[in-house]
Amino acid sequence: MKFSEKWLREWIDPAISVEVLSEQLSMAGLEVDVVEPVAGQFEGVVVGEVVECGQHPNADKLRVTKVNVGGDELLDIVCGAPNCRQGLKVAVAVVGAVLPGDFKIKKAKLRGEPSMGMLCSFSELGISEDHDGIVELPLDAPIGADIREYLGLDDHTIEVDLTPNRADCLGIRGIAREVGVLNNLDVHEPEVAPVEPTIGDKLAIHLEAPQACPRYLGRVVCNVNVQAKSPLWLVEKLRRCGIRSIDPIVDVTNFVLLELGQPMHAFNLESIDGSIRVRLAHEGEQLTLLDENTVSLSDNTLVIADDQKPLAMAGIFGGLHSGVNAQTQHILLESAFFSRDAIQGRARQYGLHTDASHRYERGVDPQLQKQAMERATALILEICGGQPGPVVEAVAEEALPAVSQVSLRRARLKRVLGITIDDTKVTQMLTRLGLATEMTDEGWLATVPSYRFDISIEEDLIEEIARVYGYNNIPNEAPKASLQMLAASEAQLSTQSLKSLLIARGYNEAITYSFVDPKIQSALFPELEGLVLPHPISADMSVMRVSLWPGLLGATAYNQKRQQSRIRLFESGLRFIPDADAPSGVRQEPMLGGVIAGPRNEEHWDQESTAVDFFDAKADVEALLALTGKSHLIEFVAAEHPALHPGMSAEIRLEGTVIGHIGAVHPQFTKLLGVNGRPFVFELALTALTERQLPTAKVISKYPANRRDIAITVKEEVTVGSILSFVEKIGVNQLVGLNLFDVYKGKGIEPGYKSLALSLILQDPQKTLEEAEIQQSVETIVKGLESEFGAALRE
Amino acid sequence: MELEAIINQAVSLIDAAEEAATLDQVRVEFMGKKGHLTELLKSLGKLSAEERPAAGQKINQAKQQIQQAIHAKGEALRSAEMNSKLAEEAIDVTLPGRTTVPGNLHPVSRTIERIESFFGQLGFAVKTGPEVEDGFHNFDALNIPANHPARADHDTFYFNPDVMLRTQTSGVQIRTMEVEKPPLRIISPGRVYRNDYDQTHTPMFHQVEGLMVDRNVTFTELKGILHDFLHHFFEESLQVRFRPSYFPFTEPSAEVDVMGKNGQWLEVLGCGMVHPNVLRAVNIDPEEFTGFAFGMGVERLTMLRYGVTDLRSFFENDLRFLKQFN
Repeated sequence: MKFSEKWLREWIDPAISVEVLSEQLSMAGLEVDVVEPVAGQFEGVVVGEVVECGQHPNADKLRVTKVNVGGDELLDIVCGAPNCRQGLKVAVAVVGAVLPGDFKIKKAKLRGEPSMGMLCSFSELGISEDHDGIVELPLDAPIGADIREYLGLDDHTIEVDLTPNRADCLGIRGIAREVGVLNNLDVHEPEVAPVEPTIGDKLAIHLEAPQACPRYLGRVVCNVNVQAKSPLWLVEKLRRCGIRSIDPIVDVTNFVLLELGQPMHAFNLESIDGSIRVRLAHEGEQLTLLDENTVSLSDNTLVIADDQKPLAMAGIFGGLHSGVNAQTQHILLESAFFSRDAIQGRARQYGLHTDASHRYERGVDPQLQKQAMERATALILEICGGQPGPVVEAVAEEALPAVSQVSLRRARLKRVLGITIDDTKVTQMLTRLGLATEMTDEGWLATVPSYRFDISIEEDLIEEIARVYGYNNIPNEAPKASLQMLAASEAQLSTQSLKSLLIARGYNEAITYSFVDPKIQSALFPELEGLVLPHPISADMSVMRVSLWPGLLGATAYNQKRQQSRIRLFESGLRFIPDADAPSGVRQEPMLGGVIAGPRNEEHWDQESTAVDFFDAKADVEALLALTGKSHLIEFVAAEHPALHPGMSAEIRLEGTVIGHIGAVHPQFTKLLGVNGRPFVFELALTALTERQLPTAKVISKYPANRRDIAITVKEEVTVGSILSFVEKIGVNQLVGLNLFDVYKGKGIEPGYKSLALSLILQDPQKTLEEAEIQQSVETIVKGLESEFGAALRE
Repeated sequence: MELEAIINQAVSLIDAAEEAATLDQVRVEFMGKKGHLTELLKSLGKLSAEERPAAGQKINQAKQQIQQAIHAKGEALRSAEMNSKLAEEAIDVTLPGRTTVPGNLHPVSRTIERIESFFGQLGFAVKTGPEVEDGFHNFDALNIPANHPARADHDTFYFNPDVMLRTQTSGVQIRTMEVEKPPLRIISPGRVYRNDYDQTHTPMFHQVEGLMVDRNVTFTELKGILHDFLHHFFEESLQVRFRPSYFPFTEPSAEVDVMGKNGQWLEVLGCGMVHPNVLRAVNIDPEEFTGFAFGMGVERLTMLRYGVTDLRSFFENDLRFLKQFN
């Protein structure tokens, strides 16, 4: 809501500056966003009259004028505005004047003609207005008067960002009431005397949906001159509240909207067939709106109709056919109360938002309509003339909001706020807020005025008290609670510790959008159809991710394009897998994903700069898994994945269940992804990592450990994983350590075969092993390998 | 006389020795089985019983003197050898270490971790919830019925009229209170979504929601806890103000501003006393329990704390940006 400070001060004028006033409003919950002067900084501009206006002898587009500014002689002024004419009252910047932008007016010659000043346009005075001619002042403007004073330009536009509950402040009157409460001052309401009808013309009004529209006032005004010009004071008031002048009828209804907060509408009387019917639309009924768009109405939409057709979308937008136009002679003025429920969401449903709908969906004072009608009639008669008919009021009393009474308990007030406020002070605050109060044993019973329809429960009153008392006058206290120790399961492995590990291993944490490019996602995950956002920000952010990889690879490409070649990024967050059986139709699974690319090490004086490979990524994953203490239950199993290189891709299994994937990004996607080189990615289900094995201590053997190395040759396709797990499974008692320390292919090894060197650590907890026992264990293992894998012992 | 000459000769040979082997030769020459001193000792038998002890003593003294000289020289040679070896092994300690430079948390996570830690000290447990949310938890239970103007303010990403990306983490309050009963102290960090993208809005951002419900939780306590939090978070004594506002799920409601370095108030969080309707929606009797809730924008706090000027940089994941937060 934008309003003019001066207009507000007509209603209530506390002796405080605009800055203090704004601070006061903000601190009362009416947050002031902007305070700006209604005109630029200027001085020396006065009212003048163009006494003569002739053609400039040397320039087609210029005029030479003689202007009376009340001095001893007329001023010669050259003017280029097309609307400059004799008899006009204008704003004259006389010699010595300073216009906005520190522009000083001096004596000048324009194409040979002297000019002793300048006739100003609104924009030259720093008053935003798209009108480019010079200012046309009313004919009764006093010659010589200072323009700032005459137009009351020492004024500010104040914009408050109102919360949806304070619809009562969507008008000058509401703001004035609030200022009155905060300053303990009375509000001066302008007197609105009822306008006596001079003719008997009227229309019958039928409330066919009384719940939606419990009150509707209509008044015929005949023979109005819609060609009349809105007076400057009206145009200025509207402008300072951010509304442009259209025609006097619209201007008056807008004025009442701004002043009282009551939306009004005017119909062209001649386009109404029969009576006014306020009813719900028929499904599919057509209505062409004032903006010339035709909408097909739904049956949840309230319309103002006549006996034949809908005329307007009630409380939202007028119809084109029944609107006031330049030819209109007679009008029907509407001032109605529509219930919030009947309007909420409806404008949005048609993609509309108007000043009227904004107010009706937040609520309008149900007792305001008569006053608004009288106010508007009087102004229309003043500006456009005409003969008013009687006010016809249709009302469904039972559907009007009941007067509500709310009780406030002294004890509850203290319990919620934590402070005690003096009874008399509370009574005073409630009274100032317009609530009639009576004391009860427990506190107060307050009768809520019709305009504070946001107050309906005790907490509403507590909030009002706190607000007026001042939040910053309420002390800060440390919360009191019983010291209850939180459980902390030792087996719980926090995401933080997983993140810390990756960070220690050189990763940076990334946070990427949860919605990704469907082109990329469906290429990498053709078998998964992500949840589609019907109204995305853009096409490349329109599908919910089914994996962290698209986001991480996007970040990889982004960095590579910025000369960051060594990439180590991880992210933790949800992936969204559509699943009809899951709540809201989607499984939301926390994942931990990572990507590495580029050189293994930063360039270094003593380290080789080779590109990362599968085993770098695998090492990081193994380190993560080691934190769970379940490394022995984990397997990496070669398995294809559409996003990954078929020969460098594995499933990660925990006791047989797939908990993640790791591999090189399939080279066919590098172009689509915009990445360079060969990134390696991994992704793990966080739920598989959240529980770790608790330690159980074993006795450390006092006896020496014995190492025996064996080298075997096996066929290339035999995996090391299967050999190692086989050796472990043979279960030689004293085997406490097993390590693969060399893999060799080439000279000395038959093609198609590879040589593996294993170290076996043997130790007994009870005794020193004899050489014969050691030999026997090694032989058992070698024999096992021979029979299981056809391995041959290398000498 | 002979003894003196032997000593002098030995000392000069010891002095001249430049390596351990030479020194050893000296030792053998004088004190070996056939060494000069050994020979002298053997000749003692030729002396009379009276002369013998004094002469023997002299020879032994000479022997000790030479032994000490050899030992001292040996020490000197060993230490010189060690020194020269150490000098050879000296390195340039200013060369960079052979190590992986650690990465760091994303600044948004860093802020969330700090917030969790401040509230964790006071016994607030961390809770999380789904990001694809239903209308009940995102709106209805929070006292935002269908068609409420507050819904229009949210720029919600809908999948269908009842399924949406959550617009606030407040839904976690509801989910927690559905299964746990007061006393409750929780905070809930996470991603939230609004359909808005410009200089100051990203369609995804982070909030931390806080909730405390107990028998006598008051507005003064809400003010106290947030005041302390802001001071500890920014580690300076900045001006804080509580400004009345409106949220459908709290009443009284407030927005909290801190005074920025430019002298302008900056809104950093919203809060209030839990609305009785919210407690009722989860079967908690508002006559028995009261509570407060607050919600803060993590990006806003992070920007203020570290001087980040462009909100969008949080989600570009430019390593040059990220690596500043180590």
